[in-house]
Amino acid sequence: MFRFIVRRLLVTVPMVLVVITLTWALIRLAPGNFYASERKLPPAIEKNIRTKYGLDQPWYVQYGRVMRNIMTLDFGNSLRYESETVNDVLKRTVPVSAAVGICAYLLALLVGTTMGTLAALKQNSKLDYAAMGLSMLGISMPNFVLGPLLVLVFSLSLYWLPPARWGGFPSRSIVLPVLTLSAIYMAYIARLTRAGMLEVLRSDYIRTARAKGLTERQVVLRHALRGGLLPVVSFTGPALAILITGTVVVERIFALPGLGTYFINANLNRDEPLILGIVAFTSILVLVFNLIVDIAYGFIDPRIRY
Amino acid sequence: MSDERTPQVPTEEGRAQDPWGAQGGPALTPRGTPQKAPVTARRGDEIHAFPETAVGEGDVRTAGEAGPARGTSLWRDAWKRLLRNRLAVFGMFVVGFIAVAVLVGPAIIKAATGFTYDYIPPGQAVSYPPFTSPEGAFSWTHPMGTDAAGRDMLARVLQGGRISLMVGVISTFVSILIGVTWGATAGYLGGKVDDLLMRIVDVLYAIPYMMIVIVLLAFFGGRTPLQQIFLLFAALGAVSWLTMARIVRGQVISLKNQEYVLAARATGVSTPKIIFRHIVPNALGPVIVYATLTIPSVMLQEAFLSFLGLGVQAPYASWGSLAQEGIQNIAVFPWQLIFPGVTMALTLFSLNFLGDGLRDALDPQMRKF
Repeated sequence: MFRFIVRRLLVTVPMVLVVITLTWALIRLAPGNFYASERKLPPAIEKNIRTKYGLDQPWYVQYGRVMRNIMTLDFGNSLRYESETVNDVLKRTVPVSAAVGICAYLLALLVGTTMGTLAALKQNSKLDYAAMGLSMLGISMPNFVLGPLLVLVFSLSLYWLPPARWGGFPSRSIVLPVLTLSAIYMAYIARLTRAGMLEVLRSDYIRTARAKGLTERQVVLRHALRGGLLPVVSFTGPALAILITGTVVVERIFALPGLGTYFINANLNRDEPLILGIVAFTSILVLVFNLIVDIAYGFIDPRIRY
Repeated sequence: MSDERTPQVPTEEGRAQDPWGAQGGPALTPRGTPQKAPVTARRGDEIHAFPETAVGEGDVRTAGEAGPARGTSLWRDAWKRLLRNRLAVFGMFVVGFIAVAVLVGPAIIKAATGFTYDYIPPGQAVSYPPFTSPEGAFSWTHPMGTDAAGRDMLARVLQGGRISLMVGVISTFVSILIGVTWGATAGYLGGKVDDLLMRIVDVLYAIPYMMIVIVLLAFFGGRTPLQQIFLLFAALGAVSWLTMARIVRGQVISLKNQEYVLAARATGVSTPKIIFRHIVPNALGPVIVYATLTIPSVMLQEAFLSFLGLGVQAPYASWGSLAQEGIQNIAVFPWQLIFPGVTMALTLFSLNFLGDGLRDALDPQMRKF
């Protein structure tokens, strides 16, 4: 177990560096830079700017600086938001994205597993078809369609909830973003749960549990769910990736000051330190999550050996 | 697969491998225990090509009545199963209808009303609601209304569909090319090569690749709109081949020990030729299934990028970029978002159902009950 974690960490760390290198190379290979503008700068000023930001040094020195920054987790100053370091921006934006993302994931987990389990228990019933049709709709409905539709109904027609803007964590402004973001996971989780539960409900140990005379509730909640939810656990890693792309869109729709909004703006502004900082942050997050999921897997399913 | 293929008679081994396939069977068959199945067929026995899904008369034949030469082809079997799945048929119809509509629709609109996707009528730009004429009366001229510049929404939605579907299909094609080559090579060669190639896939799986695609498009895109679209094909194709590679690898590993591959090798056929002429065609079923499911996911990613302003750019439009334009006026002109959005959702919905149906039809073993 310990060796497994060490081995995985040995793979994980270089991977973060590979992602950063790739991103850095893309930024570097692209024509133009943060200072390239329509207005032609006088050569002396341009030279000063290049010196100030180290752009006159050879590429390997610049690359070395980027790598050092990653190692020390200090990404320097943002070019666009000059009074803030990248870490300041992260500190400001991550809580917003995290609040929306975690709420969306918990909601999806709750509703998705319930829907999937009920559908599996009543296979081929009307309930099953309704749940699966609904989840197919959830997978097919792009969140930038669902979000505005929710706004149209709940904000612009019923006036129940604010249509946009961030009002802090426990506030009504979080409801619509969370609903929009969680729809697609709800759908995936419901489908995964249903498939997993159907397989488990036909297995030997469930028959044994039934034969022992346990009530249906005990069989399902105590025995079947544990095995049936394994696919959902392994979905956590990919889910995080969808969540990150999802938050980008949801933050755009609802004008939330989160990580995604800043990432897109950093790209449009060619704010290299901020881009690298956000990419590093998310890659570390995703990779650590994958590691945690792999470890958690072993606890839930003792048959798995490392 | 060839038409000469004889229907498979269920054997002890086949049963044991797939105890879950028997949908109609007793629910509590212990894992791995063969059910009471005809192990060998005698003259007069009923042979089911796919006993687990045999329903109609076409699936049941009598041994001896028709020789192996006239066996049902696997493809025809699959087709029959597909037609029995009502949702898949619905999906097929909708996808077909939308494909035809985006192909010929713009030309018809141009002939009927004179509007094209980029024609801005002279005079003040006003967005008309659906089925409304400039005078406010009912009219057939703009069934989906007009956008903020006065352009016909129907023409724009159809034109956008062209781009969206094209990105979906071409990027999926790119992902098939990479995924099949990668997976087939790994699976056939095995050993160290397999380890290396599949480790790379594992590593790439864990990377938040959408962020890299965003950086790529933001920094390299935007020179010309056409270049941007080609960049989209390449970028989306390059990130969606991973699952394809895994599926193909699994298929190839199960196929490569078959006798006909041994025969090909014995007669001195080269390795690339064995892979692409003998093994890949036989692994085609899952590839088709997964490709059908890749198209909607790629379309969704394209729409997501276009919605952020990084994908398809003016004068071209896709469903994503139309939705992005529409959301800005949602309070006043909701139809500018609703029509492209709902059209896209309907298309993806149908493609997903078609993909699910194809999976059940072509690959009953992969079916999730």
